[in-house]
Amino acid sequence: MCHHKRMSPTPTGPALRLRNLRKTYKDVVAVDGLDLEVRRGECFGLLGPNGAGKTTTIEICEGLTPADSGEVGLLGMSWNSGAGALRQKLGIQLQETQLSDKLTVTETIRLFRSFYHQGPSTEDVIAQAQLTEKRDARVGGLSGGQKQRLALGCALVGDPEFLFLDEPTTGLDPQARRQLWDLIEQFKAAGRTILLTTHYMDEAERLCDRVAIMDHGKVIALGTPRELIASIGVEHIVEFSAAGTLDETALSGMEGVRSVHTENGSVLMQVNALHLAVPALLGELGRQGMALTELRTHSATLEDVFVALTGRHLRDE
Amino acid sequence: MSNRDNALVQLTLVRFREFLREPEALFWVFGFPILLAAGLGVAFRNRPPEVIKIGAVSAHLRAALASEKLLDVTEFSSGDAAEQALLTGKIALLIEPGPSARGAGGQVVYRYDDTSPDARTARMLADDAIQRAAGRADPVASSEKLIREPGSRYIDFLLPGLLGMNLMGSGIWGLVFAIVDARRKKLMKRLVATPMPRHDYLLSFLLSRLGLLVVEVGLVAGFGALVFQVPLRGSLLSFALLCVLGSLSFSSIGLLIASRLQTIEAASGFSNLVMMPMWVLSGVFFSAQRFPAAVQPVIHVLPLTALIDALRAIMLQGEPIARLAPQLGILAVWLMVSFALALKLFRWR
Repeated sequence: MCHHKRMSPTPTGPALRLRNLRKTYKDVVAVDGLDLEVRRGECFGLLGPNGAGKTTTIEICEGLTPADSGEVGLLGMSWNSGAGALRQKLGIQLQETQLSDKLTVTETIRLFRSFYHQGPSTEDVIAQAQLTEKRDARVGGLSGGQKQRLALGCALVGDPEFLFLDEPTTGLDPQARRQLWDLIEQFKAAGRTILLTTHYMDEAERLCDRVAIMDHGKVIALGTPRELIASIGVEHIVEFSAAGTLDETALSGMEGVRSVHTENGSVLMQVNALHLAVPALLGELGRQGMALTELRTHSATLEDVFVALTGRHLRDE
Repeated sequence: MSNRDNALVQLTLVRFREFLREPEALFWVFGFPILLAAGLGVAFRNRPPEVIKIGAVSAHLRAALASEKLLDVTEFSSGDAAEQALLTGKIALLIEPGPSARGAGGQVVYRYDDTSPDARTARMLADDAIQRAAGRADPVASSEKLIREPGSRYIDFLLPGLLGMNLMGSGIWGLVFAIVDARRKKLMKRLVATPMPRHDYLLSFLLSRLGLLVVEVGLVAGFGALVFQVPLRGSLLSFALLCVLGSLSFSSIGLLIASRLQTIEAASGFSNLVMMPMWVLSGVFFSAQRFPAAVQPVIHVLPLTALIDALRAIMLQGEPIARLAPQLGILAVWLMVSFALALKLFRWR
């Protein structure tokens, strides 16, 4: 989609380096001594529940919020020197920006395009954001997904080297989310660096090369989604309910089962060999003479990693 | 890619688009002042002098009164009918022949309510006419010159006031609303995240104000000139310069008000707090001279007072702009102080 080659030789070093970053609002510690590196060309995800400090972290990186202490190195530059040059190289999408309802899609993109020295034409950006049919529509009349794609379009007008996306799909329906994911993947395929925050684990698993799980302003786990999931030593979760009182002790002794616990009336087993554990479970239920009312299995997700690390769910609010 | 749009041009175009696509704003800026001028102009238009109805009970008196054009005399044959007309307010004054030729009571009796201005005027006019008809000679000769020309009517006084009020309203409200709304919607934060030159953002407001100013002032002043023949006796250039200075002063005050506010409610409250005293004190609808001498120094330095005084001087008296240095000075000080403070206090998020 982008035909623009950057003139500068490929720079070395990480795209983003955070050193001992701290930010406190009144008596709330939002970011608590954060160290992080984002490599050039990777899509890096900050995953965590609301209030974990994701937005504060990304806004410090974007030069919108000053940190109390610590260092931010971005594309080999810093916000203290060369902020103007840095702004030209960044694409930023903020959480909950409302673009002007009275402008059309084209007018909005033209406005943002006018701030950058270089970048694709207005028409190209609109096509990239899949808004060509809506080019003359007022922003106020767009759907949630279209507005979000427009916001992404506004972030792409300067042909950015580094794209910041703060909860890009929050509040969208599944179809609109998938459309937006496609756009982000196209951008990724063009070799650009992305830092995104999300509290959807499926989003992080699909889009991100590496993920940092944040809680209370700190990184509590870092790695590829696969590594993180593997780190809890569980490959699958088997969830079932049965009519009657179950003897759970028999379950934890079964082959391939790591742990068993009960949640909201159903039993959750963390399992690393599904092909052994499920037949064993069915046999055990048969021995106890219990009828199965529900049975579900899913591969372990980042959500399970978060639960394993904190004992809480990502979306507990 | 080569012919990139200019940021300042785009920002200014956005200002115009946002304004022109807001029907309510269009009405308040363009429609309302014209409706107000039309309404008040009609209500306070100068009528021809009113003819007062009076009654007389003798044909002899009626003949004497015929020379007075401002009195409409009805002759009554019976005293009862005449009295009835007087008591029900159909006539303001009743003239009856007196009981005696020379003694107490006089030859003519005027019956009227002395608390009614119409009745008192009628009595003076009737007495004059009767005395002159009887041969009175006035020792001092006098003649009259009537002034009914454009420039001294209420609409002439009012229109510069409305122009000033409009410049204040659109300058302050136009900036405050747009800026606070952009801040509330986090649009300002989003713009600051781009390489947009920040001074272009602020400058776009001033440029769009100047553009709209031409329409805004032209429409109201043109309406006044066409419909009510309100004059512009001074030079058009002085008038234009004054409008620009006034608009920029109020835009700066708007920028100052908007520098930190986060909600539309607060913006609305603050703007009204600033504008309300000037609506009342600065002589939009009536002369500011009516307020006590103690508060005159305060009224004098208000920007709206300075602007309206100068507008009236240029439009009605045809003063050259050099003679308006005090008013221009007051506006310039408001402009510079507000702008400097606004730049110091302004929050970009």
